[in-house]
Amino acid sequence: MATTSGASSSGLAKGAPINIGISLSLSGDFSADGIAFQQGYRLWAADVNRAGGLLGHKVVLTFVSDASKADQVQTNIQNLIAVKHVNLVFGPFSSLLTIPAAKAASRFGYSMIEGAGGAPSVFSAGLHNVFDVTLPIANALVPFATWISSLPKSQRPTTAAYVTSNDPFTQPQLPVAQKIMEKAGIKTVYNKVFPSEVTDFTPIADAVAAAKPQVVLLGSVDVPTVSSFMQAFEQSGFNPKAMIATAGPDQGAAFLKAVGKANADGIMVPNSWYGGSALPASRKMVAEYIKQYGGNAAGVNADIAEAYSVGQVAAQAIVATGGVDNAKIIKYLHSGVLMKSVEGNVKFNNAGQNFQSLTYTFQWQGTSGTKFVQINPTSDPKSAKPVYPKPAWGK
Amino acid sequence: MNAIALLNAAKDGILTGSVYALMATGLTLIFGVMDIINVAQGILVILGAYLSYALSVHLGIDLFVGLLITIPTLFVVGVVIERVFMARLKGPEKTAMSILVTYAVSLLIEGTLNTVFSVNVVQLQASYVTRSFSIGGVHFGFIYVAGFVMAAVLLSALYFMLYRTRFGVSVRASLADQTSAALVGIDVRRVSTICFGIGVAVTAAGGMIYGSTNAFNASTSYDLISRLLTIIVLGGMGSLGGAMLAGVSMVFIGDVVGTVWSPVWSTMSYFVVLVVVLLVRPQGLFGKQSARVA
Repeated sequence: MATTSGASSSGLAKGAPINIGISLSLSGDFSADGIAFQQGYRLWAADVNRAGGLLGHKVVLTFVSDASKADQVQTNIQNLIAVKHVNLVFGPFSSLLTIPAAKAASRFGYSMIEGAGGAPSVFSAGLHNVFDVTLPIANALVPFATWISSLPKSQRPTTAAYVTSNDPFTQPQLPVAQKIMEKAGIKTVYNKVFPSEVTDFTPIADAVAAAKPQVVLLGSVDVPTVSSFMQAFEQSGFNPKAMIATAGPDQGAAFLKAVGKANADGIMVPNSWYGGSALPASRKMVAEYIKQYGGNAAGVNADIAEAYSVGQVAAQAIVATGGVDNAKIIKYLHSGVLMKSVEGNVKFNNAGQNFQSLTYTFQWQGTSGTKFVQINPTSDPKSAKPVYPKPAWGK
Repeated sequence: MNAIALLNAAKDGILTGSVYALMATGLTLIFGVMDIINVAQGILVILGAYLSYALSVHLGIDLFVGLLITIPTLFVVGVVIERVFMARLKGPEKTAMSILVTYAVSLLIEGTLNTVFSVNVVQLQASYVTRSFSIGGVHFGFIYVAGFVMAAVLLSALYFMLYRTRFGVSVRASLADQTSAALVGIDVRRVSTICFGIGVAVTAAGGMIYGSTNAFNASTSYDLISRLLTIIVLGGMGSLGGAMLAGVSMVFIGDVVGTVWSPVWSTMSYFVVLVVVLLVRPQGLFGKQSARVA
């Protein structure tokens, strides 16, 4: 283990690396996100090591695949801590996997800093060791709902559909938006939940189209769900005035590749970060990503920034506590200290939620030179004018 | 819920179900002739989709024209898999061992696809993929209708081959009893190899339609194989007609229930039907014995 004779005040032997274990979905349903997270973690570790490591120790990442399965992530975390003796563990992808991962880490007194477990259920599990650097997702659709509700009556939609996967990440988001929009007189014409294991979305999308809502709010966790709904809508001759999906459109080039650039025009997604962020640290990270993997800023998956932010927060905690003592790190992260990440400010409440994180709505705009831009809060000078109503499919 | 929504659900169930039926038919044909449960069938469908993708994106070949290349290619892939891996399986443990071996084949193909195409999802694109026409307010996607027609043509061709050709007689004899078939001079080994090839070749067509209507990556195969296996269990292991009926039924029941009540019940409703059928007929709707005397 790390504390041997010759150990420094950091709790690590001189010259020993800081070993960080990470269980990620490198195969299975979340593999696209899992790989993006891996790229984000690697980018961060490379940056840290290039700058001489943390407290003079190199950072070494150990990845294991959980195949997108909750039981496997639990086993992986146990093995990483008890067998591989890693100093720290970072979070997996999705709220679904973060809960069992954080529980396993908690049993060993380990902290679980993560970037993709923002569902309320993560923070109501009574865990003291979990810290989500990204936005708490329950209010993610609030800026969108507020903006739609504030439109002049002549432009404001009159009907809306709410359709969501029964996933802990998506399900809590829609009722909050629905409440705001119903208060503004926008009538709910479709409100259904579908099981996360559904693979054929056409009949659900057809039912939504048959209800003819002017706005569609889709609770999705991935690109395939969104692309299936979009294709079915187009085939039904149904084009809502506005469409927002909780995840999928934020996956940059992967989203465009699946739906086609022409169809992406007008599609929205809530998030706290995008490739065009003006934060200097973010711009540096995006430039490094493009240098390594190609593409452009709009095509950078938000998962990259979420993973990178996890590393940044962990680094600040390690430096501040002078080592890799998980008890000290947990205490430090709960202290209300303000930290920085490529996504913005980070400050945790008692439950481990980052309430400094700001929620924005982003939209794909244009057809050939497709841009991914921030459109609200409309009060933010950085927000571009929303494309509304959404152009016809493929135009 | 209105009548149009219900008609849409019924239409979706029949059109999409026929493509699942096509994919499941290959699986049940392989089991019927060889007693092999090919759990690699899901990844082979995805391989078919990726081949169509590569031809379309890199060579500009139309998705349907590309089938002239992908179907023979996957036939050869099937023959190679049968010769290299399946032919070695013998004895009473053959069926159980086939699950392990084909799972290994599946992992091998999945890893290769992830390396070549990455894990980012893709979807097959063509102008007709998103087009549709309307009859009485019910929209028919061209790609779904094309999938239905193609499934009908390929399944008809399969039936013609089985019931109107000398090779079909050999296949049916092998389906009924391999030992007896060998005793009357049928080259059961050759029949098995060709049937495995045909069973895999149909995944090219299924994969092209699937990839045109769903974004996919190699991991999508897990959802597919679980569906295909439940289809052939309902239809009866080894029964071609059963696979067709069960394929259409599975999607039809799920889609209609999802529309009438709630999508929450769509998947479960099929399994309720499956459990009830298996309680009454443990061998499935048509069972292997029924198929063999058909």
